[in-house]
Amino acid sequence: MRKLLVYMKDYRKESILAPLFKMLEAAFELLVPLVVAAMIDVGIAGSDKPYIVKMSLIMVALGVIGLVCSITAQYFSAKAAVGFAARLRHSLFAHVQGLSFGELDTLGSATLITRMTSDINQVQSGVNLVLRLFLRSPFIVFGAMVMAFTIDLKAALIFVVTIPLLSVVVFGIMLVSIPLYKKVQSRLDRVLGITRENLAGVRVLRAFHREKQEEESFGQANYELTHMQNFVGRITAVMNPVTYIIINGALMVLLYTGAVRVDAGILTQGQVVALVNYMSQILVELVKLANLIITVTKAVACGNRIQSVLEVQNSQKQEQGFGKTAAQNAPVVEFCHVSLTYPGAGGATLEDIHFTAYPGETIGIIGGTGSGKSSLVHLIPRFYDATQGRVLFHGRDVKEYPVKELRSKVGIVLQKAVLFSGTIEENLRWGKEDASEEELWEALAVAQAAEVVEGKSDGLKEQVTQGGKNFSGGQRQRLTIARALVKKPEILILDDSASALDYATDARLRKAIGELKENPVVFLVSQRTSSIRNADKILVLEDGAVVGMGTHLELLKNCQVYQEIYDSQYQDREEVLRDAK
Amino acid sequence: MQNREGRLRQRATIRKVLLYIRKYWAFLILSLLLAVVTVFATLYLPILTGRVIDQILGPGQVDFAKISSILLGMGIVIGITALAQWLMNVCNNKITYGVVRDIRRDAFAKIEILPLKYIDGHSHGDLVSRVVADVDQFADGLLMGFTQLFTGVLTIVGTLGFMLSVHVGITLVVVLITPVSLFVASFIAKRTYTMFRKQSEARGEQTALIDEMIGNQKVVQAFGREEQVQEQFDEINKKLEHFSLRATFFSSITNPSTRFVNGLVYTGVGVVGSLVAIGGGITVGQLSCFLSYANQYTKPFNEISGVVTELQNALACAARVLELIEEEPQVPEDTDAVEVADVSGNVELRQVYFSYRADQRLIEDFNLKVEPGQRVAIVGPTGCGKTTLINLLMRFYDVNQGSISVEGHDIRRVTRGSLRENYGMVLQETWLKHATIRENLLMGKPEATEEEMIAAAKGAHAHSFIRRLPKGYDTVIGEEGGSLSAGQRQLLCIARVMLCLPPMLILDEATSSIDTRTEMKIQNAFAAMMQGRTSFIVAHRLSTIQSADVILYMQGGKILEQGSHHQLLDRNGYYAKLYRSQFDS
Repeated sequence: MRKLLVYMKDYRKESILAPLFKMLEAAFELLVPLVVAAMIDVGIAGSDKPYIVKMSLIMVALGVIGLVCSITAQYFSAKAAVGFAARLRHSLFAHVQGLSFGELDTLGSATLITRMTSDINQVQSGVNLVLRLFLRSPFIVFGAMVMAFTIDLKAALIFVVTIPLLSVVVFGIMLVSIPLYKKVQSRLDRVLGITRENLAGVRVLRAFHREKQEEESFGQANYELTHMQNFVGRITAVMNPVTYIIINGALMVLLYTGAVRVDAGILTQGQVVALVNYMSQILVELVKLANLIITVTKAVACGNRIQSVLEVQNSQKQEQGFGKTAAQNAPVVEFCHVSLTYPGAGGATLEDIHFTAYPGETIGIIGGTGSGKSSLVHLIPRFYDATQGRVLFHGRDVKEYPVKELRSKVGIVLQKAVLFSGTIEENLRWGKEDASEEELWEALAVAQAAEVVEGKSDGLKEQVTQGGKNFSGGQRQRLTIARALVKKPEILILDDSASALDYATDARLRKAIGELKENPVVFLVSQRTSSIRNADKILVLEDGAVVGMGTHLELLKNCQVYQEIYDSQYQDREEVLRDAK
Repeated sequence: MQNREGRLRQRATIRKVLLYIRKYWAFLILSLLLAVVTVFATLYLPILTGRVIDQILGPGQVDFAKISSILLGMGIVIGITALAQWLMNVCNNKITYGVVRDIRRDAFAKIEILPLKYIDGHSHGDLVSRVVADVDQFADGLLMGFTQLFTGVLTIVGTLGFMLSVHVGITLVVVLITPVSLFVASFIAKRTYTMFRKQSEARGEQTALIDEMIGNQKVVQAFGREEQVQEQFDEINKKLEHFSLRATFFSSITNPSTRFVNGLVYTGVGVVGSLVAIGGGITVGQLSCFLSYANQYTKPFNEISGVVTELQNALACAARVLELIEEEPQVPEDTDAVEVADVSGNVELRQVYFSYRADQRLIEDFNLKVEPGQRVAIVGPTGCGKTTLINLLMRFYDVNQGSISVEGHDIRRVTRGSLRENYGMVLQETWLKHATIRENLLMGKPEATEEEMIAAAKGAHAHSFIRRLPKGYDTVIGEEGGSLSAGQRQLLCIARVMLCLPPMLILDEATSSIDTRTEMKIQNAFAAMMQGRTSFIVAHRLSTIQSADVILYMQGGKILEQGSHHQLLDRNGYYAKLYRSQFDS
């Protein structure tokens, strides 16, 4: 949390003035009982009506000054808290933009979204409350005690005893109950979990006729929750009565001491009334303080979570060597004995991958689920860094390029076809901001998506709803391919991104890509042999290793894994091989 | 009119809530009595304090005997108040948590017997929030709100009574100035509301952007769009800051303002009280008593307006969960429903009509007779009714017309449990319970031995990956399957059915997440499993289907073609076309 305070830097003035004005308000509030005491001792005792009116005007004046101070304080604190949160949000968002895929995987997008929304809101209200109350409440509590001292030393000693006693009770109960509330929460989460599970798995649970058992396990979780709630409830139920006893017990002692002191002529009746008033102010503020501490603890926890995200550093650094011209005649992409192990993973995802790709070549990558196909192509735009070996682009290690420049030359279409809210045109321009309309249509034509856009009443200006929900899976895939093509990339990667297309469209797409005049290196990742059979080179992956490399026919002849994949999709391997001869 | 309807509905909700509370009526009455005791004892204390002060007039003018006896009285009142407060808290907890537990139990029990039509037709997030968040909100709002309202009103009435009994004039001062505080509060609240609305609009806009961009951060980075996205974010962020500042500031004026008005009440009482005291109308002790009332009296007023909104909110929450509890359950079983046993696999669908919505037609005049041990494959374009057929076979939905029978029993005359236990089902959606792998596998056959379980896992090609997991069969699967891949989850679902092996099987896209090569390997196990069992297979991959005894080509809820693979190829119709499209590349 402490490191987040730099975002308060621009609000140094506000964050000093806010508590200061709040204390001023409190100070004026503390003067009121003294005025009342004067009213009683001078005004009533001396039957001095003008004096009483004068004193009441003073009280109103105190109130007005207090109000002005307080509103000033509220303004400064709101400004500081809101501004702080806005700056924090900005930095957090910017920070996430600069993280590498590895860090994004570890953090998870759900977590990041929570950090950026509800956690920051919590911190904002925490900061706001701290600026307003953190000084005010203790100030009133101790101020009341100090004022008591100015009236009478002996009576003030009662305050000295009462305040710590009350604090112990209030904070003690809080300290005990906070961890218990966490337990309540975790039991509530269990109740929530079972409910959600029963809805999501309703078909399976009913198929296995498990309704009775599920009801029992819910009953158990529900019982445990109630039990815990009652337990915590019994502890917190003690708070009010005990503080009530302490504060009023102190009041009794105060009254008796007051009586003795007045009898001895040391105190006046009005001063006793003032002391009684001070006593009643303490409790209210202590309870406020206790609640404040709960809010602040929550806010600090949120703040720490945010800080831990800000502390995650991008592990990818650009390495020395950039600026030299790229090697002539070098392959566009070259993998030199590349291995990849994801952080925290048990084993390697890719092992000793070695191949080259020259301009205009199409590289097919095939393998089962989890064989490492996507991981392999993700190394090219440097989404992840190879743990061993080197990935070269035009003969230079990809780590030597500025990431932005490297990625501007790679068009990648990810497995999940994501469109953003906005118009189709805006989505396509993600590839190239200043693309002409003609260029957009060219890309759409190659991606077999022209008909999709033509079918919409607003054409390129058609709105895309969030996540592209107003397009079918196949339409989304084609539009994301078009988006990558607008870039006119040197390397085009299609990561299983034609899976929702029918065979004929898929074939037309591959043909059009092969005829691109920019002549890019194309990587085709697929589970279907039909999609990659015409590739210049096919890599067959199995458990992260290349178990076969060559053309379709070569692999059909001599790669067992490829044969098995083919056989699982077609029955005519023998015929194909015979025809080939 | 609408207002009246709303009020009627609200009243109905209150009545139903009262039914839940009725079980705890003794605690409720006790709690109310204790509230009365607490309020009056709390109010009585300032009077006693005032009396003590009246005995402290000046040097030598202190009546210690009287003071001691009043102090003793104070001690007793304090003791009673504290005890009453504590008991009241305990009672309230008991009622609150008890009612919450009862409502949750009923809500969950209802979920277990709701027709699938309801569960499929409602967002699960919404249903979960009814059972969890709404019930909590209801408990906090209604029961706490109620006690606050009750004690608040009591405090106001009590204070007025006590004040009137001491001095009418000063009481009038208090009564006249108090409304100013309410007026100020509502004035500010109205102004703040607009700002809050704008704030939450800006916040919503920002959350949507965060959701979209952070959720798809990889795409953003792949296209190098970080800067543009950041600009977009900052623009909204600035707007949010602007409205947020105003909303926060305006709302935080309320407290100081009402405090200021309360200060005015206090001052008013001080002036008028002092002037009256000079005339001997009241004593100094009574004045001090009035001053402390002036502090207490205004507080409930400020709270009550908040409490009323909270109560209304709570009632709305209660209505939502009660609506769930009162939802029509699935058709109950007949008292003499048959337990089907010794199923050999005769299934017959006779003139079945079904549709999810009355205004749409789906399955019409569907007839099918399946002999024991037959393999029925169902193919067709998306939305052709394949999955619907399974919903009907399992009786997740009831047919609208016609009948489905198993072994000659209409399935509506059979207990749901016995019908479903005779089916083994593997679905495309690979749902697993948040529990260990072992518990998941044993779901259909809890009494299975370790050997049987491992044999089933081996059959589904799941054993080798399970063994490699950190805790093997005792690895807990996270919600929604956690770290397992879709393919692995599907293998577990297959193993789950392989273990209990009921006489009939339903495989709905059972291998859709498994790559074709692994699928081939499981096919043998599937073939063994289907031996002698009636099975219904839905699949996109034609290779899975070719060996079926009967292939149904469905489209628009009707069977267009029916026959074996070769028969259908010879017919050269829809199926043949679909089959050939695989090779037209």
